[in-house]
Amino acid sequence: MYTQALNAKDDAPRTAGIEEPEKGARFQARVDAEDKVEPNDWMPEAYRRTLVRQISQHAHSEIVGMLPEGNWITRAPSLKRKAALLAKVQDEGGHGLYLYAAAETLGVSREELIDQLLTAKAKYSSIFNYPTLTWADIGAIGWLVDGAAIMNQIPLCRCSFGPYARAMIRICKEESFHQRQGYEIMLTLSRGTPEQKAMAQDALNRWWWPCLMMFGPPDSQSQHSDQSTRWKIKRFSNDELRQKFVDATVPQGHFLGLTFPDPELKLNEATGHWEFGEIDWEEFRQVVAGNGPCNRQRLQQRRKAHEEGAWVREAAVAFAEKRARRADARQEAA
Amino acid sequence: MSEPKLPLWEVFIRSRTGLAHKHAGSLHAADATMALQNARDVYTRRGEGTSIWVVPSSAIVASDPGDKDVLFEPTASKIYRHPTFYEVPDEVGHM
Repeated sequence: MYTQALNAKDDAPRTAGIEEPEKGARFQARVDAEDKVEPNDWMPEAYRRTLVRQISQHAHSEIVGMLPEGNWITRAPSLKRKAALLAKVQDEGGHGLYLYAAAETLGVSREELIDQLLTAKAKYSSIFNYPTLTWADIGAIGWLVDGAAIMNQIPLCRCSFGPYARAMIRICKEESFHQRQGYEIMLTLSRGTPEQKAMAQDALNRWWWPCLMMFGPPDSQSQHSDQSTRWKIKRFSNDELRQKFVDATVPQGHFLGLTFPDPELKLNEATGHWEFGEIDWEEFRQVVAGNGPCNRQRLQQRRKAHEEGAWVREAAVAFAEKRARRADARQEAA
Repeated sequence: MSEPKLPLWEVFIRSRTGLAHKHAGSLHAADATMALQNARDVYTRRGEGTSIWVVPSSAIVASDPGDKDVLFEPTASKIYRHPTFYEVPDEVGHM
């Protein structure tokens, strides 16, 4: 999902055995009892590290996720669509900020986190490395990418770490507007001219498989799931969430009168689930490794924005310092 | 990175007049004016508030969760502080 790179190996030293075992047991008992963990509570180092990675990857995904959609703000087909897209992109920025703040409660600084993103030390979701070629892609992103994100994020509202769970509650409330906004774009195009419908179909064809990859590797290959499940950071496995997403989304696509780019997609009458074909995991690995269609462009854009904003941050700090100095001087004079 | 760090602020929002300000989250800002503006943009994009407080995080004094048993122990034994401690005959009705 937005944190799918967690499935990659964690190279930090394993400290699990060094900590006092009784503290660890008490911690696990609290988690088992559905008690929320707060920033100042004792927690295993590995729990802290996992959360910093997961929450910051999630935050980076929100921030980088502004880029593919931002690409269409100036070219939206109407003022209404433009205003809605602008609001949606602004929300993604807001989501990134809630999440950075949640990660910071674990003792990592905002500057470190941003630095990790800009130096490509930290990952973000593979999905944002695909290009937005037409206006229909904005519809497909809202409907499919945000739809997949919601599937993953709703269980995170019950995550054992309080600040993360609280941020997710806010995000989920806002995210449902995004999905409906996207589906409405797809619906309008599907009911439009044959060219518009073809545009919607093309967007679905290109986004479908990358969206299924958003949930991360199959359970048989996922390395972090077990521990995250015990800690109640993760509530459902990658495959479970992927299946939920497919089951919810396929009928919505058929309502649009569109087809899915998967000849093996079929409803299993017995289970009620939609069965789908093999996902190209090599493509996923390539995109996560930095070789997707837009990886380099996304990071370049983030770096450029960060560098071009540096003078604003410096000026704001200098201004605040000057005001504080003057206030001190006035107090001394009085 | 040699950039100066922007201080951290805690944001409290009053959702309606008559209600208390409630903690909404935190953000970074150079000064109070910027903190208020950022709080508006980050935490009230959908009419969530009628008033915002921003407080430097460093100004907040918090109790230690590790001390909570000791800190709140005196209250645990004083069940007579609750109305349900007292028996009122049914005939008296609602009190």
